[in-house]
Amino acid sequence: MAANPMSQFDVYRIGPEIKVGAFDISFTNASLFMILSTVSILLIFNLGSKKNSILPNKIQLLAELSYTFVSKMISDTAGSKAKPYFAFIFSLFMFVLFCNMFGMIPYTFTVTSHIIVTFVLAAFIFIGVTVIGFFKHGFGYLKLFVPSGVPAVLLPLIVVIEIISYLSRPISLSVRLFANMMAGHTMMKVFGGFVISLGIVGGWLPLSFSVALTGLEILVAFLQAYVFAILTCIYLNDALNLHH
Amino acid sequence: MVKKIYFQSIFFSFFFIKEAFAAESGGMPQLNPEFWVSQIFWLVLTFGIMYLVLSKLILPKISNNLESRKSQILENIEAAEKQREDSDAKLKEYDEIISKSKLEANNIFNQAREKALKDIGAKREVLDKQIDNEISEAEKEIDVLRKNAPDKINKIAIETSSELLQKLIGAEVNNSSISAIVDDLSKRNGDKYYGN
Repeated sequence: MAANPMSQFDVYRIGPEIKVGAFDISFTNASLFMILSTVSILLIFNLGSKKNSILPNKIQLLAELSYTFVSKMISDTAGSKAKPYFAFIFSLFMFVLFCNMFGMIPYTFTVTSHIIVTFVLAAFIFIGVTVIGFFKHGFGYLKLFVPSGVPAVLLPLIVVIEIISYLSRPISLSVRLFANMMAGHTMMKVFGGFVISLGIVGGWLPLSFSVALTGLEILVAFLQAYVFAILTCIYLNDALNLHH
Repeated sequence: MVKKIYFQSIFFSFFFIKEAFAAESGGMPQLNPEFWVSQIFWLVLTFGIMYLVLSKLILPKISNNLESRKSQILENIEAAEKQREDSDAKLKEYDEIISKSKLEANNIFNQAREKALKDIGAKREVLDKQIDNEISEAEKEIDVLRKNAPDKINKIAIETSSELLQKLIGAEVNNSSISAIVDDLSKRNGDKYYGN
């Protein structure tokens, strides 16, 4: 079982089966790591915002640097109109980042390596952004699909392409994160399996790969959280500041 | 040879692992919908709670902290600026006082010098007058002496020549005849002897 690189993505029940109607909402290892991530985020940021000293301590600095990092990212990509959505994007970034990072600890479960989790996040963002867009611009939001400066002959084709690209946003957003996480963890598991099966004689090569991959995956974990958040900002920017 | 066996063993074990994985893997667990509802439920729950706590409690606090620090730093900078301006003003005042007192000192010095020069001038005038007087008196005396000198010299010449004649000749000589000769000589050679 342990040799299968996909078995690390297995979801299993912890505790009894909980059913609401026809739906199984049992507490699973995925739920455990979601709770772990959110609790650590809340803990860190609560500690980081408790005391307000002029010279911040390490945890306060961490909280404030994250705050300014995300706020700068939002203002750079979506402008000042996106300020009301700061808390959501901040939560999103932190949640994805912490889930990714928790997945880097051996024997843990990576919440974001499941397409259903990333898809729910992406679908929520997609629906939210679309609602915001229609709310702000009315049916004028449909102008998003009609780029300016396109010859009339090409317009039908362009509009179709634009609509398809818009509708595929939640899929690309969710699959990007999920696939990155899954691929990285699978690869690490495969190399880890090589280390065991090649033993003391030949295991050093895959072990060194594994070590290098760990560094790479930590980078990817951060990068994918960042990409997820910044793409959300870009979609939000489309909805808030209609340029076309 | 050993090297060859080593690399062969590595190569074959790669093969076996692949075989083992191929046999075991039964697709992706992600596509098994058994726990999808559970995952969605727990995601919405945890993310929702985290979002609420972050947005209502924690993020406003962090933003407050940042704002207050910013404003405090700005205040401090302002205070520093103000103090700098104050010190600049004081420096200016000091400079003014210094230049004023320098001017005053210069004035006092000039006045004193003028007064001293005046005093010296007055004293010098008095002294000059005295010296002039003395010089003129002395000149007068010299004039008187010079005027009287030829007569006295003539007299002495007459007396000496009469005495000489008496001793040489042994007879009284008329003083008047001698004086006539002396007068004649002194008139002829007066310029040589008494001329200035």
